[in-house]
Amino acid sequence: MWGVTAALLLYVLVRGGYLTSVLQIAAIYVIFVSGLNIFMGYAGQVSFGHNAFAAISGYTSAILTTAHGWSPLSAGAIGLIGVVACAFIIGYPTLRLRGHYLAMATLAIGLIAYDVAVEWGSVTQGYMGISGIPPLGIGRWVAVSDRAILVVLLIVSTLAVLVAARVRRSRMGRAFVAIAGSENAARALGIDVARYKLIAFLISAFYAGVAGSLFVHAVGFVSPEVFGLHMVVLAFTMLYVGGISTFAGPAIGAVVVTLLPETFRTFKDYQDVAFGVVLILILIFAPGGLASLPRLWSRREPEA
Amino acid sequence: MARLLEVQGLSARYGYVEALRLVDLHVNDGELVAILGPNGAGKSTLMRALLGVLPTSGRVRFAGLDVPRGNPAEAAACGLILVPEGRGIFGPMSVAENLELGAYLLKHDRAEFARRIERVLSLFPRLKERLSQVAGSLSGGEQQMLAIGRALMAGPKILLLDEPSLGLAPRIIAEILEKLGELNREGLPIVLVEQKAPLALKLARRAYLMSLGSIAAEIDPRTVKSHDELAHFYLD
Repeated sequence: MWGVTAALLLYVLVRGGYLTSVLQIAAIYVIFVSGLNIFMGYAGQVSFGHNAFAAISGYTSAILTTAHGWSPLSAGAIGLIGVVACAFIIGYPTLRLRGHYLAMATLAIGLIAYDVAVEWGSVTQGYMGISGIPPLGIGRWVAVSDRAILVVLLIVSTLAVLVAARVRRSRMGRAFVAIAGSENAARALGIDVARYKLIAFLISAFYAGVAGSLFVHAVGFVSPEVFGLHMVVLAFTMLYVGGISTFAGPAIGAVVVTLLPETFRTFKDYQDVAFGVVLILILIFAPGGLASLPRLWSRREPEA
Repeated sequence: MARLLEVQGLSARYGYVEALRLVDLHVNDGELVAILGPNGAGKSTLMRALLGVLPTSGRVRFAGLDVPRGNPAEAAACGLILVPEGRGIFGPMSVAENLELGAYLLKHDRAEFARRIERVLSLFPRLKERLSQVAGSLSGGEQQMLAIGRALMAGPKILLLDEPSLGLAPRIIAEILEKLGELNREGLPIVLVEQKAPLALKLARRAYLMSLGSIAAEIDPRTVKSHDELAHFYLD
């Protein structure tokens, strides 16, 4: 698995080309889905609205760098502060809701963000979107080429995965999983359920914000559609295909789901059908996601 | 004997339904008290009300202090630890992780953690064999042992158990009740909620009978001569 990934990366970094931009998107989704996994996987909550947080920081980055001449780093930092502040204001009341009600509330947040991006034309330029967003850079060094951008994204996404794993292993991470298991039992052990749900929400919103900001700088363009509902659908697919509540699931899911449609390009008109069939097959034969396959196999052997 | 837990006029409601009505009871230090009653008598509600999960009126005092209302996590921090109905173990986690979570309030006191886990594993040696196993794959009896073990990891000053016998084979129930007796003899006060009255009465020093949300009677298990006497309350 790791060998294949390394070989693929090496190939892309040497050859460059179209696959580079596909992998850029995959790396960004690794971050977004890793964050979603903390809230939905570890803490067992539901959110259809994390695209809103990507939109908030993405637009903040885009507007501050293009209209006000900020550097990408400082614009991104402001965006992330905004994301965490919004997540706090939204999360504090909505996280008292459970299950379907929480899902509906988060769905509304995503739709509101979309509408704001469309309607607030004087700032966001509506459907037209904002183009000419400068690429990422630190000080004088700027990641101009596709390969340089990919390297930056790979570094950030690796960090994101490692931090998420670290969170899961911490005392806080165990509290998240306890809440997912049984809120009542978690409370009986002295875990402050409301507080930890909010913290999980804030961390995952922060991840979504990082992904949103990186996206606009990597692609150089943002419009309301970029952070629309399809982003949520895609992220959910990645989360379940890769394996919800696992360490490696979000990364595997993000890479597989972004690459699969590309590999089916030869099917032309039937590309989407082939993609759908493969997704369904994965979920039938590995309901715990691709990350759970090794465990599935190792469990089957002793029985045989 | 010192009164450890004292409940006065505790009432609670679900919407318009009065689920608990003016409950008075007490538990002395070191006692094992059983709370008996048929389905729907309000036993589980009483447990939830003690921890302050529900909005309640009345008074719950523990070790001379008022138990905080509205935040069960704080009640747990006071030492009231509940083994919930249906066990509430964390299925996807390993047995070891479940036990670690029990000691959640301990934070980073490794020495105390080691002391507690040793005690739990000596009490339930079966858990020791299954430490790395996923908790959801344990048998019902083992899950109940894990739920009790996890509660013990929290260092309870009083242990509340909500129907620990539910859905278990008689042999397993006997084993678990024996362990509860052992814990109690070591000085741990226990409140045992049970529908299976005969089992609980063998163990308890005192018992309360609940009916329709209030305490119908306080009984001394030694004076209960026949089960008919109890059946009278269940049939009311």
